Amino acid sequence: MSQQPLELILARQFADSMTMAVFLVDPEGNLLFYNEAAEDILGIRFSETGIMPVGEWSSIFKPTDFDDNPIPPSELPLVETLNTQRPAHGTFYINNKKEKHVSITVTSIPIEGRPDRYLGAMALFWKSPES
Amino acid sequence: MKVTVWGCRGSLPSPGPEKNKYGGNTSCVQVEHKDTCLILDGGSGIQRLGASFGEKYKEVHILLSHLHIDHTMGLGFFLPLYNPNVEIHIWGPSTTIEPLLQRLRRYFSPPLFPVRLSELPKHPVIHELSNSEFTIGDLEVKSNYICHPGPTLAFKISTENASFAYMPDHEVVLGSANFPYEPEWTSGYDIAKDVDLLFHDSQYRSEEYAARVGWGHSSIKDSVEFAKMCNVKRMELFHHDPLHTDQQLEKIMSDFKSQVKTDFPVELCAEGNVYDL
Repeated sequence: MSQQPLELILARQFADSMTMAVFLVDPEGNLLFYNEAAEDILGIRFSETGIMPVGEWSSIFKPTDFDDNPIPPSELPLVETLNTQRPAHGTFYINNKKEKHVSITVTSIPIEGRPDRYLGAMALFWKSPES
Repeated sequence: MKVTVWGCRGSLPSPGPEKNKYGGNTSCVQVEHKDTCLILDGGSGIQRLGASFGEKYKEVHILLSHLHIDHTMGLGFFLPLYNPNVEIHIWGPSTTIEPLLQRLRRYFSPPLFPVRLSELPKHPVIHELSNSEFTIGDLEVKSNYICHPGPTLAFKISTENASFAYMPDHEVVLGSANFPYEPEWTSGYDIAKDVDLLFHDSQYRSEEYAARVGWGHSSIKDSVEFAKMCNVKRMELFHHDPLHTDQQLEKIMSDFKSQVKTDFPVELCAEGNVYDL
């Protein structure tokens, strides 16, 4: 077993200490880690899933726009960041594990480490207090 | 491979009669194998090394783990730097913006130091490192970034039948998830795994570390847990706190050994120690 790059190790530590949901993926889109707040959104504990490929995690929650139209996985900010290696941002609705319709805003950023290595991406989820 | 310790004190040179046994010079370790000579860090210990350098080596490679002052302060006092017959190579961590040469020039310039790099009889050859694997003479070297403020490298030095890991400044717990149970998510694991000899930051007692989280150093307890996880054959506790006297270090060590058992030797590193691997 090989060690993850230091930048991803520290990103995971950062995510682990946040109360907002954080997803961490590698350059191929494999979901390497999600924190406790993200477990609440996904409805599955990380210890139960382990690493998930992009096709799997991006279809777990059913995102919809303000008019309740389904949003395809490719338009999720984190998937967009994976495809473009650029930051992405979006607000949409999801059904959480309690089947409650909640509004979330997501900002995702590429993780670039020394020296100019693309190592994956991180997404931070902010849940609207009104939802 | 022969490993000689010229300085193992952390943060600040702290000589004095109460520190004679473990020494007051800051980080400097010499690694020799056949015709190759590496020097790990240029702390104050490099001055004594330079004074006894002799004529054996016409080429020497100084590998800097990082550029904090306790790891670079001795460079200008390393006599072979002023000998035009010796070729000096300086290797150090790459950063995002500023080249290593420019960062070294900050030290080799007034008001910090009177002699500029360009005024040396032979300009050192500068090499930037990141997560790298390379060969210097008869030695294989691997460098990886590890958890410490600012770009900081750990080194693994190998021959065909021996390996040595050097991690003088490393806050292993801060850079690790679920420590010490997930090697994949532990800073430094790839460097220290299965080595014959590990020098690792052990600056604090556990209660001292609790008040210094984020400063970049480890407690003895965490360092030893890391060594266990990495399955090392032997460990030397390195980068002693400048305030810890010989007597205090030995008390800390005996308290620790009464609580924690290991199946490999764990000792306090001392200036002057020599290890044949």
